[in-house]
Amino acid sequence: MTSPILRTTDLTVRFGGHVAVDNVSCAFHANQLTAIVGPNGAGKTTYFNLISGQIPASSGRVELRGQSISGLSVSQRTRAGIGRAFQLTNLFPNLSVLENVRLVVQSKQGKGFNLFSMVTKHTEMTEAAEQVLARVRLLDQREQIVSELSHGDQRKLEVALLIALDPDVYMFDEPTAGMSVDEAPIVLDLIAELKEQDNRSILLVEHKMDVIRTLADRIIVLHNGALAADGAPADVMASDVVQEAYMGRGLEGALGHE
Amino acid sequence: MINSLLSGDLPRSKLLALLLGAIVICLALAPFLFPGVRTVDTAARICIFIVLVASYDLLLGYGGIVSFAHTMFFGVGAYGVALASTHMGRGFDAIAVGAASGAIIAALLALVIGLFSLRVRAIFFAMITLAVASAVAVLVSQMSGLTGGEDGLTFKLPRELGPAFKFGKETFDGTLFGVKLNGKLLAYYFVFLGALILFLGMLRVVNSPFGRVLQALRENDFRAEAIGYRVVYYRVAATCLSAAVAALAGSLYAVWLRYVGPDTTLSMEIMIDILLMVVIGGMGTMYGAIIGATLFVLAQNYLQNLMGAASGLVEGIPILPELLSADRWLLWLGVLFILSVYFFPTGVVGRLRQQS
Repeated sequence: MTSPILRTTDLTVRFGGHVAVDNVSCAFHANQLTAIVGPNGAGKTTYFNLISGQIPASSGRVELRGQSISGLSVSQRTRAGIGRAFQLTNLFPNLSVLENVRLVVQSKQGKGFNLFSMVTKHTEMTEAAEQVLARVRLLDQREQIVSELSHGDQRKLEVALLIALDPDVYMFDEPTAGMSVDEAPIVLDLIAELKEQDNRSILLVEHKMDVIRTLADRIIVLHNGALAADGAPADVMASDVVQEAYMGRGLEGALGHE
Repeated sequence: MINSLLSGDLPRSKLLALLLGAIVICLALAPFLFPGVRTVDTAARICIFIVLVASYDLLLGYGGIVSFAHTMFFGVGAYGVALASTHMGRGFDAIAVGAASGAIIAALLALVIGLFSLRVRAIFFAMITLAVASAVAVLVSQMSGLTGGEDGLTFKLPRELGPAFKFGKETFDGTLFGVKLNGKLLAYYFVFLGALILFLGMLRVVNSPFGRVLQALRENDFRAEAIGYRVVYYRVAATCLSAAVAALAGSLYAVWLRYVGPDTTLSMEIMIDILLMVVIGGMGTMYGAIIGATLFVLAQNYLQNLMGAASGLVEGIPILPELLSADRWLLWLGVLFILSVYFFPTGVVGRLRQQS
């Protein structure tokens, strides 16, 4: 197989005596969507935080395309190609929908220190932002203030920010949490579209088994912070390790439904 | 044209636009509309405080950074012009050198303070600025050999900016609409134009890509970092910029007063005034600086007279004249502030924009 886009080696973090992520070594390849599953508290979001840099690792390494990014700050990792959408909606609440996306486009284009030009004169940024908004079907709400959006639209915007960033590694943390049945497919279709792009690797933390079944090329299971299983979806769901880890209840039963 | 002068950031409220227009016209024509030493002095102060308050708004309202050292930067600019004019002799070159070095020193000071404290948490920055500002105020009053100590410095400016300089004798007979054409008039327009350029410059900065990043930091610095902005760099840059503009406002003040002293430029009282002006006008709006500074400076200068007159009117009625006595103007100023913050929590500008 070709060299991975993202690799974590013995990645560990301890909070006091508690090992939240325990020696996780895993490689993520291009054009692959990896679902990360496990019960609540298994360390999925913490694992994400270690990769994107919000929490410093106690030990272990994170490499992006063969280069170590362990020493880098969150913003440096973002610019290097790690993009993250958050589990709890995490936006700029008093700015408009368009401003939110345009801020990402602007970061991507490295124009943050442009002091004396009017932001509205950068039509190329506005156009790029509008293209992204069209993809997530938020174009009509572009002038709306984010805090006035519905929960579902905020989730879509969360995904829009990540799409605007267009990173090498897309990290989605329960992207459809709390979305209605008619809205969730929009986000899931977008993620499916992203899979078609070349040289991108997608990581998805998800509880819903039907979502994982349709989208995932591979599943890794975290249990008590450690990697419990890794492989093709059908194999993982059937594997002894997983069955055992969940005391014979079967993966679907153990994961529960939201 | 107007759109690009105002950087696309229009008042977005008819009443606000009218109010701002009226204030700007009054300031632009102050020496002709309100001739008199005191009125023109008030107008000049309003111009200078608009710049100072706007530069503070850039930091507080846009960047979400609380600083208590803003008067220090203001003072650095004022002392820059004073020292340059004292040691280089009177001249426009001395003003330019003083203002430029004041702005550069202020920006460097801000850079050092920012790099040390903004890495951690915004509250440390507030505390450190308080400490540094107090230290500098003490230093200035102690180093009397250089700064004139508590007495401050009186210095000479170019003749063209002084009342003794007369012009336009041949064409206008020395007066225009009954106003004497002298250097003080030129000094006023020097201050007015300087303030106008600085204000429009800041309005451009807050509507630039950089300004948007500052707003993003204020809203959610965690996410700003996660979309690739190195938060500390932007905060430090905003602090330096704000400090440099505050120093330039200080330079204008020095040019206007032809005097600098710790009380007029460095005191904690002025710092509190600035805070009040930002809050009254409306944080994070820039236009709030115009409204806030105008209301505040007018109240500071004329509330006492107004109350004296009011107290005279109600003479004979028990208690009221006492309550409205001119000596109680500070009490009423305080009451006005409490009421304005209570009724306009988003400032006058925020309130007017809500209505439209």
